[in-house]
Amino acid sequence: MTTSTALITADLVDLDLPAGDRAAVVRSLAERLVAAGRVTDLDRFLADIEAREAQMPTGLEGGIGIPHCRSEAVTAPTLGFGRSRAGVDFGAEDGPADLVFLIAAPAGGGDAHMTVLAALARRLVRQSFKDTLRSATDAAEAADFIAKEVSA
Amino acid sequence: MKIVAVTACPTGIAHTYMAAEALEAAAEEAGHSIVVETQGSAGSTPLTGTQLAEADAAIFAADVEVRDKERFAHLPLVQVGVKKAISGAPGLISQAEEAAANAPAPATTGAPAGTAATPAGAKAPAGPGAASKVRAWLMTGVSFVIPFVAAGGLLIALGFALGGYQINLPEDAPLYESILEGGFDVGSLTAWGALAFGIGSAAFNFLVPVLSGYIAYAMADRPALVPGFVGGAIAVTTGAGFLGGLVSGFAAGGLVMWIKTWRVPRALAGIMPVVVIPLLSTAVVGLLMFVVVGRPIAAATDALTSWLNGLSGTNAILLGLLLGLMMCFDMGGPVNKAAYTFAVAGLTTASPTALTIMAAVMAAGMVPPLAMALATVVRRSLFTQAERENGRAAWLLGASFISEGAIPFAAADPFRVIPSIMVGGAVTGALSMAFGATLRAPHGGVFVVPLMGNPLGFLVAVVAGTLVACALVLLLKTVARRRDDGTPVALGEAPAEAAPSTPSASTPSATSPSATSHAGATA
Repeated sequence: MTTSTALITADLVDLDLPAGDRAAVVRSLAERLVAAGRVTDLDRFLADIEAREAQMPTGLEGGIGIPHCRSEAVTAPTLGFGRSRAGVDFGAEDGPADLVFLIAAPAGGGDAHMTVLAALARRLVRQSFKDTLRSATDAAEAADFIAKEVSA
Repeated sequence: MKIVAVTACPTGIAHTYMAAEALEAAAEEAGHSIVVETQGSAGSTPLTGTQLAEADAAIFAADVEVRDKERFAHLPLVQVGVKKAISGAPGLISQAEEAAANAPAPATTGAPAGTAATPAGAKAPAGPGAASKVRAWLMTGVSFVIPFVAAGGLLIALGFALGGYQINLPEDAPLYESILEGGFDVGSLTAWGALAFGIGSAAFNFLVPVLSGYIAYAMADRPALVPGFVGGAIAVTTGAGFLGGLVSGFAAGGLVMWIKTWRVPRALAGIMPVVVIPLLSTAVVGLLMFVVVGRPIAAATDALTSWLNGLSGTNAILLGLLLGLMMCFDMGGPVNKAAYTFAVAGLTTASPTALTIMAAVMAAGMVPPLAMALATVVRRSLFTQAERENGRAAWLLGASFISEGAIPFAAADPFRVIPSIMVGGAVTGALSMAFGATLRAPHGGVFVVPLMGNPLGFLVAVVAGTLVACALVLLLKTVARRRDDGTPVALGEAPAEAAPSTPSASTPSATSPSATSHAGATA
């Protein structure tokens, strides 16, 4: 990776998301991004996420929610990852999501910055990728796995 | 099989790439090769000319407008939202197989590449960018309207067959309405006829709104549906007909396209597509249709009617010719209505002249669907799959004097189809007058032939006009295609800027068979 900041680190992973609705879960993950200095303005970021969600829900079949946006409040391409025991409704046809990928992209990001997100998105449709994340036992392990996958 | 695909989503950071990955996996699974152009924010590598030229089918999985769509004009197309590719990629691959199998084989003159699989699969010409866009928008509207024409038209014809032509009389309180309101008698054929007619009429009321709505949708996506539909509905109320619907569809689509370019405050951005754009654009299009389009049309209809009434002393053949032209101009629009109302009003006088006028008007009104149905049979390759299917229904619609059966053809290619059927209608109208055919019923088509005076003359007039209109429309469409084929549109060579050249008769013919087939056809 040539980008100075990794896409994801252990403190951006929450393997046991607090139960709550979509907004609450997204907010809790987003707060981790703020704490890590990846997001400068929490409210603005959440508004951008919500605007994208309003266009079309980001839930996907197979228990995945991928709230995402390009936002001026984002400093570097970042992934927040969370697992929800209770499930969170992201509007997918087959029910709530247990894997939540909060994808934050800077508004003015050049193509080079975005390739890492493209690589991540491609992994999201692979069953083995999801299976590994479902069975991960600690945050560092999950973050390492994702970071290795997207740089491969 | 070789497939090319484009994936695109609003944000361009997630779904675009997920869909690409899913399609690649599914294609590999099915033993096909696929190249996906991801039109996302990580930059996209355009498909090469060779990849486009060698492809058998194209898949668009996109929630936003696919860039440079013209490059795919020669391919059978499967078009879906981006999520569909993520959850159901294998199904899309088999749809692409099917679309490729059903696509008409490229003929030497360049066959249109159309498919019934999707509305946007309708062939787009390889003309200048703007013209091919307009045509693609039109064809989207037309492809959505065809099922309404077929279902509604056939039910109306069934209504006439079961209930007799009186089912739609008198004008202000038609029989079918009072039957449907007065309780349904299962044992009465007339009641079934009234039912079929009532349902068919309900379907027909959607023709213009659906046409208008989906033209707008093709131009500017979902937010444009509301102004498109509402504008179309107002075109119905004000009697502007399908030409009014074309106006409202393009106005709605263009307006929404423009509003989408506005820079809005962040707080508003989220509700733009759901609230602000539909509200604003609908208000503006509504105003346009009621005030700017509707009023002059009402005035023009009145003027036309009084002008026709003043023509009573005119030469009968000339009058038949004129009425024929009018009947075939806008199929249910103001000009057609003026001619038809003129004829029906005359029936009350029961004078011999009035009865010949009624016969001429009905004969001419039967020509457009019949001529187009014939044309789709004579030269299949000039029409899209959807048009050919509409052609089948058009036989019965024409025979039943349901001129609306020709609307999909006329809307798709107004400048060639409308003049052709007008000439055909004029021939029919003039001949019917010359033969002195008479008719007491204001509707019914072939079902009222037994009520006619000189029915043979009537039928000869209809057949003659149909042949003339069919020959003309084929001629105009063929000439148009020749001209396009003469333009070397290097789709294969310059994918990023499809069709930059302007058609010109003096340009040498396209050199390779493959280039020719890419040139498609402006039909």
